[in-house]
Amino acid sequence: MRFIDEFRDADMAKAVLGQIRRQSKRHIRLMEFCGGHTVTIMKHGIRQLLPETIEMLSGPGCPVCVTANVDLDKAIALALRPDVIITTFGDMLRVPGSRSSLQKTRADGADVRVVYSTIDALQFARDNPEKAVVFVGIGFETTAPTIAASILKAEEDGIKNYYVLSLHKVCPPVIKALLDSGEVKLDGLICPGHVSAVIGSRPWEFAASDYGIACVVTGFEPLDVLLSVDMLVNQLEQGEPRVEIAYRRGVTTEGNLRAQELMNVVFEPSPASWRGMGSVPQSGLKLRSKYEQFDAEQAFDIDPGPTLEHKGCICGDILRGVKTPPDCKLFRNSCTPEHPVGPCMVSSEGSCASYYHYGTV
Amino acid sequence: MEPFEDEKILLAHGSGGKLSHDLVEKGFLPSFDNPLLSRLDDSAVFDASGRLAFTTDSYIVTPIFFPGGDIGKLAVCGTVNDLSMSGATPLYLSVSFIIEEGFFLSDLNRIVTSIQQATDEAGVKVVTGDTKVVNRGNADGLFINTAGVGIIPDGVDISGSNARVGDKVILSGPIGEHGIAIISEREGLKFASPVISDCAPLNKLVSEMLEVSSQIHCLRDPTRGGLATTLNEFATQSKVGILIHEDAIPVQDAVRAACEMLGFDPLYVANEGRLVAVVAPDDAEKIVQRMQQNKYAAEAAIIGEITEEHAGMVIMRTHLGASRIVDMLVGELLPRIC
Repeated sequence: MRFIDEFRDADMAKAVLGQIRRQSKRHIRLMEFCGGHTVTIMKHGIRQLLPETIEMLSGPGCPVCVTANVDLDKAIALALRPDVIITTFGDMLRVPGSRSSLQKTRADGADVRVVYSTIDALQFARDNPEKAVVFVGIGFETTAPTIAASILKAEEDGIKNYYVLSLHKVCPPVIKALLDSGEVKLDGLICPGHVSAVIGSRPWEFAASDYGIACVVTGFEPLDVLLSVDMLVNQLEQGEPRVEIAYRRGVTTEGNLRAQELMNVVFEPSPASWRGMGSVPQSGLKLRSKYEQFDAEQAFDIDPGPTLEHKGCICGDILRGVKTPPDCKLFRNSCTPEHPVGPCMVSSEGSCASYYHYGTV
Repeated sequence: MEPFEDEKILLAHGSGGKLSHDLVEKGFLPSFDNPLLSRLDDSAVFDASGRLAFTTDSYIVTPIFFPGGDIGKLAVCGTVNDLSMSGATPLYLSVSFIIEEGFFLSDLNRIVTSIQQATDEAGVKVVTGDTKVVNRGNADGLFINTAGVGIIPDGVDISGSNARVGDKVILSGPIGEHGIAIISEREGLKFASPVISDCAPLNKLVSEMLEVSSQIHCLRDPTRGGLATTLNEFATQSKVGILIHEDAIPVQDAVRAACEMLGFDPLYVANEGRLVAVVAPDDAEKIVQRMQQNKYAAEAAIIGEITEEHAGMVIMRTHLGASRIVDMLVGELLPRIC
């Protein structure tokens, strides 16, 4: 299969691994920001192929995982309203909020539909004019433009019963917050591929220039990841941290200008709550006042109730790279993909789920 | 079966009265005709001797018609395959329909024809059945339950708990086609080469395998939960480890592409015409060769072996040469966000 097989070539992978081994002298700590990269690393067993000098940490790049309980509770509170149809991406269904999940709320009679795109959500709104159709918009810069497009389309078509609960987050500010906290000492960062396809590689430059972090943007096949590790090792051994792109087939320095424009037209930066990190300035996207008629937060009086945190769950620490899933007492015990306690066990791209499904022996 | 054109199923078709009789007489009997059924007594009566295998399954699928089959074919193949996986020769089936009021008789006609074709191919007979009609909204079009009886030949002892250290694991063909065919149809996803369900009766394949070897220890069709779940069941039941090789597992390109797009792992996607066999190592090659002559197993291959270490677990040697755990499917397959 084109664009897949050549990036999984075992001989090529061996060659890159050999090069990494030859080059890597000092101990370095790299973080893969994105949950998609964590899956690639675990699924193909990449961690065990790397030399001991390279320590890999998983970062906060899983949109489901970083959604705070208070935001999940809002979505659930909306779902409980008889006049509302909730539409969302599949991953969100099973994530436990303070007291329930959208899946449980659906079993109790709420109308919750899984959609593959916001276009489907808009169609639900057209087909159910007597109901308010709320799209629970989670995701990073990858999904935000499509949600912006759906709002513009709703405006164009005069659809009055379509709303977005915008829980969107943007990535560079949270990396900055992570580096500012000083909690995790990082040498290099594998920057997210899909996010960077939209925003370009330039927004990562602060990490190299201000914090001395080596940065490589890469894709999601094993060779993409190995190549990025090789480039990071090279930068660090040379002592020249900078931003490089190992994913030229998807990412440019400038990014996708049309998608950025869509986002800017509809959204403005706002503080956002991140699980494990609290409120991070400029890291959220809220609807501009021009589009407030589509903003579920404005249209509904949402009472999410008191926020409760899951006892013993260390998802927050895991998302910051301070701890790994096996450090958690609940991991594989009371917290499994079947009965997830925290969101990192729910999402297919959550660190705990990756460690659980693809753990090494 | 006579064409009913745009006629629809009414509640009265399930009332036991005139319309019910008409449906049986005109709709079902001509297709399923056989001496055991046409007596129309309360139960089918037949002789049987030896060890019997008996199984039942209910079929609920959206959409009812999909590339490569429909709910009728599925209901026959599923039950025939369940019998086959215990080494039994399937003989007789029951077929029960639960139909939603308003269902098109022409669609029912298509499904009955497809049941007939599948039973003819498998060489089994529908000997008893039932029809119920429920109010609109109480069923998703049509549900079918089938049960089946088969006879296990002497000397055949197949069970998920029979895997032994050193045995080879055989897979009969590419995985994931049924699940992807269904989801593509359901969600309107189009691929350059459409994925067709692998739905097929496997009883002849199994009898051919049994002809060449008496050392077939486990057989199972990896339906819901996919190959990964079936292998985990063997590992748990037999208290052994299973090592599989990623490169040995055939997956069609279109299935891979769909899985990449949706965030699925083909190891967990449903199949309806594949089987996994655990066999004695000395017989593995000749079993695979025999399987490859069957049209439903042309790509049969040895994909792994039974190990002493990691009892109860399935380990995969990845394409890159690393090893990782292959877990059971947990929950439902959900598409990813980004």
